[in-house]
Amino acid sequence: MTTSELGHQIRLVLNEGGTLPVDATTLKDGDDLYAAGLTSHATVNLMLGLEERFDVEFPDRLLRRRTFESIDAISAAVTELLASKKAA
Amino acid sequence: MTLLLARARQVGSEVAARHAESVDRDARFPREAFDALKQAKLLGIAVPRAQGGDGAPISDIVAVCHALGQHCGSTAMIFAMHQIQVACVVRHGQDSAWHRKLMERLAGEQLLLASATTEAGVGGDVRSSVCAVERKGKRFTLQKNASVISYGADADGILVTARRAADAPASDQSIVPVLKGEYTLERTSGWDTLGMRGTCSDGFVLRASGDIAQVLPTPYAEISAQTMLPTTHLTWAGVWLGIASDAVSRARAFIRAEARRKPGTTPSGAVRLAETVNLLQFMRANVVAATRDYQRAMEQAEALTALSFAVEMNNVKTGSAQMATQVINHALLVCGLAGYRNDGPYTVTRHLRDAHSAAVMINNDRILANSAGLLLALKDEPELFA
Ligand SMILES: Cc1cc2nc3c(=O)[nH]c(=O)nc-3n(C[C@H](O)[C@H](O)[C@H](O)COP(=O)(O)OP(=O)(O)OC[C@H]3O[C@@H](n4cnc5c(N)ncnc54)[C@H](O)[C@@H]3O)c2cc1C
Repeated sequence: MTTSELGHQIRLVLNEGGTLPVDATTLKDGDDLYAAGLTSHATVNLMLGLEERFDVEFPDRLLRRRTFESIDAISAAVTELLASKKAA
Repeated sequence: MTLLLARARQVGSEVAARHAESVDRDARFPREAFDALKQAKLLGIAVPRAQGGDGAPISDIVAVCHALGQHCGSTAMIFAMHQIQVACVVRHGQDSAWHRKLMERLAGEQLLLASATTEAGVGGDVRSSVCAVERKGKRFTLQKNASVISYGADADGILVTARRAADAPASDQSIVPVLKGEYTLERTSGWDTLGMRGTCSDGFVLRASGDIAQVLPTPYAEISAQTMLPTTHLTWAGVWLGIASDAVSRARAFIRAEARRKPGTTPSGAVRLAETVNLLQFMRANVVAATRDYQRAMEQAEALTALSFAVEMNNVKTGSAQMATQVINHALLVCGLAGYRNDGPYTVTRHLRDAHSAAVMINNDRILANSAGLLLALKDEPELFA
């Protein structure tokens, strides 16, 4: 999956869950999602949406603020999880 | 024992204990205990040394809450609530001159800080506000219909949560300390309750104005998750543990007296006492472990944002609240009628009444619902000695 495709899919998840009070397609990859209205509670739904879409599991060590702070950060986490799935 | 703790124990046993009964009966502010705590310079212990305090870590604060809780639940709870406010200023105000000055005053003048988070209309949901910081140039005004402000009338300042600005959504909150002289309180309800009567948690309409620089620069969402919530749950748990510990001490004294009266026989309540001490140990271990974990997490800001940390901090509150009444109930059974009486050396009625506040003070069901959400994401079983 290309980076831009990954970013697109993440935006779809953000919009599906109603995770943000704004349309995720208007956000840049580096924008702070917490500033855009992401709450710690919404990160749970966001994570569940990402797990469903990419068929991955987020281990507890990734369940912290930094993992979800931007679309870039989420891309990095998903990329890591997809790579370790392939290796397994 | 640290020197701080020795000072706290002295205030507890010599002052707070002596007035606990009248504080409870008359639902009055524990004036004598707070005069003594100020005199012993215990209100500013969490302020960093650079600002004139002792730089006391959370373990010391929880230990003092526990020590005071053994003598007067209301005194201990007020001390805890004050320390929660101090922690927010200390951990999130270091980059601001106004807040550093406040820290100096907290240590130097031993100011007492109260809290106005609860608001008519949103109940116990501390993460949303109706009222807002209304900015006008370099000044702000703020009006809050605060349904509960413990010792509001006796405090030297109040930390108020509000929406960051007039057009901010309910969850986009700031926290603002306002000091005596900058606010008025119009009393809207009294505090005639089952327990924690000395906290004098009246309702007020609070009207404040001040300098924009007073608003803590960090968003409340962060302050809440990293400081206010863990400090609240740990200090409260310390208070409840103290109350429960004293009830158990009374049960032990009761059984010893029985044993002395009939040497050679084990008093019939002794087995129940053993079970009670067992429960108390659970409660104690929970508070100690969670306090150490918070202390460790504070050294690496990332750890404070982990969902697993939030669940652990929730559990120390709900678990301690539940166990406090359970332990005291057991102590009551051990002491029997002597425990059920409102007078005499073995009474545990005030303990039981005070401890019943624990489950409603930010309702356990609300906190469990919060954990339930977080648990949808968590998967691992952490190492035992991680
Ligand atoms: C001794 C004491 C001192 C206090 N001092 C202060 C103070 O100084 N400053 C301050 O601001 N506040 C203070 N409070 C208030 C406290 O912080 C809580 O806001 C208050 O106890 C909650 O009140 P409530 O039960 O009306 O509201 P709620 O929390 O709204 O609870 C009402 C009912 O709704 C249920 N409920 C609500 N939400 C949920 C949910 N999400 N999931 C499941 N059930 C739910 C609860 O179980 C409960 O039955 C104090 C409270 C006490 C007991």
